[in-house]
Amino acid sequence: MRRVIYRLGWPGTIALLCVMGFICMALFAPWLAPYPAQGAGAPNVVAKLSPPSADYWFGTDHLGRDVLSRVIYATRISLSNGILIVGFSLLIGLPIGLAAGYFGGWVDEALMRVTDVFLAFPALLLAVLMAAAMGPGFLNSVIAVAVTWWPWYARLARAEGMVLRGQPYVEAARLAGVSHPRIILRHILPATGRPLTVQAALDVGPALLTAAALSFLGLGVLPPDADWGQMVDAGRKFFPARWWYSVAPGLTIFLVALSFSVLGDALRDRTKGPSRASA
Amino acid sequence: MPLLEIRGLSITIPTPKGDVRAVRAVDLSVERGEIHGVIGESGSGKTITGTAMLGLLPQGTKVEAERFHFDGEDLRQSADRLRGNRIGLISQDPAAALNPVLRIWRQMDDVLRLHRKAPRAERWAEAVALLASIGLNDPEKVLRSYPHELSGGMLQRVVIAQALATGADFLIADEPTTALDVAVAMQVLELLRQLVATRGLTVLLITHDMDVIAEVCDRVTVLYHGRSLENGPAEQVLQRPEHPYTRALLAALPDAAPRGERLATVEGLFIDPETGALLQGDQP
Amino acid sequence: MNIIRYILRRMVLSAFVVVGVTFLVFTVAQVVPSDPAALYAGPRPSAEQIAKARVELNLDAPLPTRFLTFASAMATGDFGVSYKSRRLILEDLKAYLPATLELAVFSTAIALLFGVPLGVMAAARQGRWFDRLASLSAIASVAMPTFFLAMLLQLIFSQWLGVMPLSGRTSREVGITDPVAQVTGFLLIDSLLAGRPAAFGNAMLHLILPALTLASYPAGVAMRLTRSAMIEILQRRHITAARALGLSQRRILFGHALPNAMGPALTVIGLSFAFALTGAVLVEIIFAWPGLGRYVSEAILAKDFPVIAAVTMVVTICYVVMNLIIDVAQALVDPRVALT
Repeated sequence: MRRVIYRLGWPGTIALLCVMGFICMALFAPWLAPYPAQGAGAPNVVAKLSPPSADYWFGTDHLGRDVLSRVIYATRISLSNGILIVGFSLLIGLPIGLAAGYFGGWVDEALMRVTDVFLAFPALLLAVLMAAAMGPGFLNSVIAVAVTWWPWYARLARAEGMVLRGQPYVEAARLAGVSHPRIILRHILPATGRPLTVQAALDVGPALLTAAALSFLGLGVLPPDADWGQMVDAGRKFFPARWWYSVAPGLTIFLVALSFSVLGDALRDRTKGPSRASA
Repeated sequence: MPLLEIRGLSITIPTPKGDVRAVRAVDLSVERGEIHGVIGESGSGKTITGTAMLGLLPQGTKVEAERFHFDGEDLRQSADRLRGNRIGLISQDPAAALNPVLRIWRQMDDVLRLHRKAPRAERWAEAVALLASIGLNDPEKVLRSYPHELSGGMLQRVVIAQALATGADFLIADEPTTALDVAVAMQVLELLRQLVATRGLTVLLITHDMDVIAEVCDRVTVLYHGRSLENGPAEQVLQRPEHPYTRALLAALPDAAPRGERLATVEGLFIDPETGALLQGDQP
Repeated sequence: MNIIRYILRRMVLSAFVVVGVTFLVFTVAQVVPSDPAALYAGPRPSAEQIAKARVELNLDAPLPTRFLTFASAMATGDFGVSYKSRRLILEDLKAYLPATLELAVFSTAIALLFGVPLGVMAAARQGRWFDRLASLSAIASVAMPTFFLAMLLQLIFSQWLGVMPLSGRTSREVGITDPVAQVTGFLLIDSLLAGRPAAFGNAMLHLILPALTLASYPAGVAMRLTRSAMIEILQRRHITAARALGLSQRRILFGHALPNAMGPALTVIGLSFAFALTGAVLVEIIFAWPGLGRYVSEAILAKDFPVIAAVTMVVTICYVVMNLIIDVAQALVDPRVALT
């Protein structure tokens, strides 16, 4: 623990704890939620739209469900949304970027021009277009965001691939007649994998933010499932008079995204180290 | 009274890993109108001593000295005022010392405007005259250029012109020729000597290069591990060095070794960092 | 000379990107949706109506032909008709684009005005409380979901404090009872042209909350980028040299270091503009702002693909052009860019 604090600093450590807390919330939702049935979607109309109270800390929604329980259950969808977006993006971006960087020449040129086209869109707009075309739904919204997300990983992977291509051990493997796919799998992927995975893990925050925006537009999960973005949107009909309905999920999104950013900053500062001061 | 008088200077810089005593005991005395060389290996504290005179050390640095005076004023209090008025800096790499995204004119004018409230045309004329006076051909074109469009020698002249534009009469030249090739370096040194003769400047020339000392310096101070070991007229120090370290340093020059023999090195010669006593042998 | 070659190269690349963008929009809007003809034919269409729609939409032609038709239509500004309202999309765009651009320009300006100076000052006081506070606010503004911030601002400034209008582009009195004559479509400019300071003030008041919402994220990014660029630059030797020449701290920060940080600052303009254009989708719904964002969000609900495609094309091309301008500006600010 002390080593973690030393390495990340206080803000980074708190952020790390928050991220771990949210992961636990997703894993143990049925045990943590005060009203698990309502969290899963069962209506409770008698308590419709009641303000925050001792019974319902964050108030209740238009079907009388405990907002806190709903928020806890929604963690499952929102977090997996973020993780899947980043995972899919890596799956597309990593091979494309590595191939571009490793082979260079016209392969690089062709792949990067395609990447450029995807990057030319303001990201959310392309995601909205994709999601609208495929229709709402959990998986569709993941794919829609991943389509706008992968080019960044392709660029990162390309840069790494270009550096590694020139490394003596890669040259040696090539001269020894090792096939290209094998070199990429054996030598290049392991070396790029780690930095990129760290980057990707930190991107879960922003990815989740984008996914929440899609849900807010009605392009994410469909009721009775809920994620935070959709909850904010559902509460908008009763806003600002019944503000708690939107505020609780909204604040939660903010907290998660903030934790990921602070953690990311702490890690980045760490890897850069204090050497800059001596320049 | 010497123009610059330093006695028992010690500088301690705080770092995350603890304090570093970069300068331990430096004595330095520079007379008006001379070119005074400060020679030493990297890490001997020569650059930090120069930076201290400008008052540009990082915050929290401790500067202690018996005397640390420029023209009778204590530099610890008045460095901020003297810098850019009487004390100027010519730094190692002229390409790094000029802002790459600003034209030379902007960078000259920033200095001129600080000192004289004259209309732009007058300042322009002054900049042109100044650049011409230190041997730059086509000064107008130089003023309109970006640093990357000029050669190293031209850039170093621009840097010198900037320092002159402040009206400084004392220049700290920190390795002014290291980044230049030999022929250009000689021209720059020649220019410094001329400026001393014609404008009555005083120059503190920080270097690790004995040839530079031999070329232009009147007097020399030898620094090692944050201590001044020896000082005196350049010729005397170069030809009859008193301190064993200076002797070793001179012996290590390529010219000093007869053809076919191995070069001498300064290895096996240590100075106790605390006491300054000379130690010989292999102990670290 | 180099700069001209650089600009030409950028322009060719941008043209290439525009073709790619057109292709992608075509694919997503016309190929992915299951049956555009059924959507076009209206609610509960008969088989006959669908068949007619297929012919009208040219859906039976081979894909390359359809793409060419689509591309040339886009190039001539012929975006077709909306499935839902049957109105010409081009007319709608003309009405909505200025409102969104007004918002985008205004929020970009706010983002830069706050973000860049804060970044400079934080860098100059690196590690002290001002820096910590500014950095924390920047990180918070980046993590804040736009749509939620919009609602919070409404809650605080309209509902609780009552100092700002809740939504809309003008008050009813100005908007409907006594509208400002449209010249440019930019309400701020039009009201000035019409010589009506009251209407101008009213429009300005309505602009503040949505613009602040959209400025929050890019301001945070601007602050962070400027700060890290400045910290790096302030350690360069030419800054020490400038200090040695006796220049003041303000002159060094803003006159010598900031021009070197113009690269990141310009990047922020592009980013902020893009963010405003897309964030408009979220913010315009909440603030009932009659712009492209609300237009497209209504189209999404109605699966009105020609509208979605048209808005995506227009906004993306705005964005590509913006990026081209920024690249060129960057080359002009830092002449070394063009050399690489």
